[in-house]
Amino acid sequence: MGLYNTHLGNTMLRNVRNAVIIFLLLLFALATLFPIYFMFISSFGDPVEAGAVSYSLWPEKITLDSYKFFFDYSEYSYRWLGNSLLVATVTMASNVVFATMAGYAFAKIRFRGSKALFGVLLVAMMIPYQVTQVPLYILIVNVFNISNSYTALIAPSLVTVYNIFLAKQFMGSIPKEILESAKVEGCSQWQIFTRIVMPLSKTVMAVMAILTFMESWNTFFWPFLVTNTMDMQTIQVGLKNFRFANTTYFAPMMAGATVSALPMFILFFSLQRYFLEGVTVGAVKG
Amino acid sequence: MAREASTIKTKYRLNKGDGAWAYAFIAVALVVYAMFTAYPVVSAFIISFQDYKPLGSSYVGLDNYVSVFQSSLFWKSMGNTVLYTVLTVPVALMLSFGVAILIMPLKKWMQTSFKAIYYLPAVASGVALSVVWLWIFDPLQSGILNQLVGVFGISNQNWLGASATSMFSLVLMSWLSSHGTSIIIYVAALLGIDSSYYEAADIDGASFLQKMWHIVLPCLKPTTLFLLVTGVIGSFQVFQNAYLMTGGGPDHSTTMVGLLIFDTAFKYFEFGNAAAQSLVLALVIAVMAFIQFKFLGKDVEY
Repeated sequence: MGLYNTHLGNTMLRNVRNAVIIFLLLLFALATLFPIYFMFISSFGDPVEAGAVSYSLWPEKITLDSYKFFFDYSEYSYRWLGNSLLVATVTMASNVVFATMAGYAFAKIRFRGSKALFGVLLVAMMIPYQVTQVPLYILIVNVFNISNSYTALIAPSLVTVYNIFLAKQFMGSIPKEILESAKVEGCSQWQIFTRIVMPLSKTVMAVMAILTFMESWNTFFWPFLVTNTMDMQTIQVGLKNFRFANTTYFAPMMAGATVSALPMFILFFSLQRYFLEGVTVGAVKG
Repeated sequence: MAREASTIKTKYRLNKGDGAWAYAFIAVALVVYAMFTAYPVVSAFIISFQDYKPLGSSYVGLDNYVSVFQSSLFWKSMGNTVLYTVLTVPVALMLSFGVAILIMPLKKWMQTSFKAIYYLPAVASGVALSVVWLWIFDPLQSGILNQLVGVFGISNQNWLGASATSMFSLVLMSWLSSHGTSIIIYVAALLGIDSSYYEAADIDGASFLQKMWHIVLPCLKPTTLFLLVTGVIGSFQVFQNAYLMTGGGPDHSTTMVGLLIFDTAFKYFEFGNAAAQSLVLALVIAVMAFIQFKFLGKDVEY
């Protein structure tokens, strides 16, 4: 019983229907995955100028020369990956810790001004980032004078409102009886948080960690604005520079794109469940 | 009475000190928020009334706003943004709705695999994807897209380089990029529809299309509204692809408001003007979100 007719007693018809559906879905999957496939396949080509290249949809030759070409472009190209890793890891860790703490306070502790403060935080989610971009740039570059530093790359996203919201939504469903009985037993708020709330919130913390890491790894404009030497750039900014400096080198560009995307693909395939879960955790409104 | 008083007393004792803990828990979040979100918003308002210079800005009243509204480029980029939104958001909704419906009768593991496949492009960075698409749109005969349209007898196009096709190219890119998020949200919503509705419909002898029209569409209305509003809001801020692939050209045919603000601020360093533009954009977005909720969300409860 459901939206679809089950075609009871007519398995033939049902199989044909499902085959048609799967065919359609595969067709759409092909269209969505094509750019990624194309990127990956082409990255194994020779690092020659594009005029001489004819694109092919099958790998005619497999060589890692284009990867070498990409990494040889700058003496800091390996460091770009390191920078991205460092920034993404710190951002992830601080978001998980501080957003979980704030989420718990807003979800489960009654304190003066909690509703008003949370409301103020939520307003921020509706403000387009273009509004804060310019003043934030001025603050970091002209006021604090810390452009081209890890602090500048990390500080603005130490803890995001979205993550606080995520944590609060999730923790709202923890039964308050558990917390109250812990209190009766003499637990302090800190103990309740570390021994009861955190173990119960593992899922949301994992989702938060993964999404924040990915967001931070893939972000381009902020690192692009606040870094001005190659040794401080992240892989995304480096890739953009490489592309503008070598506009005709097709295969090396694809190699660079693969280098920037591959770590996230690996992460995605190993932690797929949390990625897919994360989408619905954030979207279901409470 | 006595018992009640004592519970109140224990409650009071139990909650004593909680407030302090709560403030400790939110302290870091609040400081970060105040410094990197609240202060910049206030600051944006102030800067928008100034001719900003690093050493001593001067107050210029509404001049920045006047020049925003008098700039033909601002209106053109607003038009481009609206065009892009109209072409991308509804198509994205229909595609993901269609895919979500088609996924439903499949087995669990197949559903999960398809969801993962459709989500995958969202995992790749925007810079990497823009690099790839740049080559797909290669204007030469040998370019992938030119080869493809060549099959249908269409001559070579200078996809990103001609005003006639540049906007369409960005739209095409958005159609074929990840709809994973909305597909997953639609599937979750579809699974949430109570099967008793379908059972009742079956008893009444309803066809598939009738079930779609009378059960699925009304039940998914809140989801659609949510995706529509967030989609429109997101689309109005979009500019990364335009920046990386066309730079807003040719002849400003792909300059979106987001890109215009970026250029005003970080290419021409007119911070005051950029702040005014961004606040106008914020207002437009707020008004649109309000209208969508008001007129489409009449019978939607949150």
